[in-house]
Amino acid sequence: MSETFIRAAVHAVSPSSTSRSAVGLPFPRWQILSRYVSPVLLMILWQIACSTGLLSTRLIASPAQIVVTSWSLINDGTLLSNLGVSLLRAALGLLIAIVAGISLALVAGLSRIGEDIVDAPLQIMRTLPVLALVPLFILWFGIGEAPKILLVALGSIFPIYLNLLKGIRSIDPKLLEMAQTLGLSRRQIIQDVILPGALPDLLVGLRFAVGISWLMLVVAEQINAESGIGHMMMDAEDFLRTDIILVGLFVYGLLGLVSDQLVRTLEHHLLAWRCVRHSRGLTT
Amino acid sequence: MNALLRPAPEEFSLSRQDNGAVRVRGLTRRFNGGPPILDRLDLAIFPGEFVALLGRSGSGKSTLLRTLSGLDPVSEGQVFCPKGQAVVFQESRLLPWKRVWQNVVLGQDKGKDGRDRAEAVLKEVGLSHRIDAWPLTLSGGEAQRAALARALVREPEFLMLDEPFAALDALTRLRMQQLVAALWSKHRCAVLLVTHDVDEALLLADRAVVLDAGRIRTDLKIPLDRPRHHADPRFVHLRSALLESLGVHDD
Ligand SMILES: Nc1ncnc2c1ncn2[C@@H]1O[C@H](COP(=O)(O)OP(=O)(O)O)[C@@H](O)[C@H]1O
Ligand SMILES: [Mg+2]
Repeated sequence: MSETFIRAAVHAVSPSSTSRSAVGLPFPRWQILSRYVSPVLLMILWQIACSTGLLSTRLIASPAQIVVTSWSLINDGTLLSNLGVSLLRAALGLLIAIVAGISLALVAGLSRIGEDIVDAPLQIMRTLPVLALVPLFILWFGIGEAPKILLVALGSIFPIYLNLLKGIRSIDPKLLEMAQTLGLSRRQIIQDVILPGALPDLLVGLRFAVGISWLMLVVAEQINAESGIGHMMMDAEDFLRTDIILVGLFVYGLLGLVSDQLVRTLEHHLLAWRCVRHSRGLTT
Repeated sequence: MNALLRPAPEEFSLSRQDNGAVRVRGLTRRFNGGPPILDRLDLAIFPGEFVALLGRSGSGKSTLLRTLSGLDPVSEGQVFCPKGQAVVFQESRLLPWKRVWQNVVLGQDKGKDGRDRAEAVLKEVGLSHRIDAWPLTLSGGEAQRAALARALVREPEFLMLDEPFAALDALTRLRMQQLVAALWSKHRCAVLLVTHDVDEALLLADRAVVLDAGRIRTDLKIPLDRPRHHADPRFVHLRSALLESLGVHDD
């Protein structure tokens, strides 16, 4: 648990602008703007290079073209329908990973026998590169939705399982003793001490899992998919539409950012008891 | 490893009894077949009696308390303890993810009046203004008050305190000592206070016992009226007697 404390504390003092405003440090306006000068400059250079023919649009589309293409992809519904399919796959895969990962970690963390049965096989499987299972998955599950969802699930189950298990194991034994002297039942100890104590680690695992789920999705959707953002990009490759490929890339990036922010918001609400300490620690 | 994973010890000869008295007979405790930390120890505490337990660091004071509170098994000897008991440790051991009042009534039958009961007892320890606070925002003294409240809400017949004020600054410690004196005169439960502070023992206890080489070597009655004062000549006399038995010579 102390490790996640440190991690969170590092977050709080890292120079990202959101954290700074959260701690209440003054941040001059010109400095905020200055952060965007170089990306904007790069964009302009990129546009100029494409317009003058320095960069072939067969290799990379211009920023203006990307904007135009996004607009038309949104208007004809291509982008949204593919996005919907991708989101559904990621969500289902994650859901399976969350349910299975939490269950397995509870079994392994709360009983000796459970640990013997569950932990060893999972530790072995963890070392396999999940992406190497793609051919096998296609063989087993065909090319429908199942292999894609399962690939996402398999990739993201490990961070959830490992972090929650670590969280359960690192509960302060003094708190467990205290619970025992108070006469708490085993069920109450699990519910009031172990689970809340392991929650910070579970959420760390969830954040990793969300990141991995997008990675898995990218791979899964480029193999034999008939829909989804990845399919849209592979399709575009056949017609040398670098603009569509780049739109897909941006969408993936955006999805990663938004989902990470979602988990952070969840953390902020569920771990309110911990945030207090950080703001206190930094202001006093 | 997780304490929860250990199976409950079978050879419990720790008995719960109802008359509010504590009796230990021939208690021996070793770790992993090593030399005995507690060696055929005898101790009796009467209902409502305040006993201070002293002894050098590592003499087995916490081990005795852990045995009395049922955390450690009794393998040799007999221990009789009241059912209603509570422990306060040196660290408050509050659950950081539960608000102060939820910590106080932790494990109690959840009724609608849980918060009210917590509030009443928090008032007693002078912490009612922090009833909804997160434990990590409490000062050391406040956290120990909350831990005391959590013990008191169970209305114990036997209260064990393991160096509860050792980590507090001197001023806060004085306040906490006064608080414990006031609470004890109101609740009148049997108390076993582990301390290495001779003055603390003399201020609070009816009797001071010194643990040495696994047994109670000194059993000193403190027949002073309360409230007690450091300057009282009998206080001074008792202090040097107690220090003497701890191996410190107070010239
Ligand atoms: N779980 C344990 N395993 C082995 N030795 C222990 C354990 N707990 C305590 N001891 C030993 O027992 C002795 C008494 O410890 P303790 O009761 O904590 O002393 P005190 O509270 O009087 O300072 C010490 O020497 C300590 O090293
Ligand atoms: Mg001790």
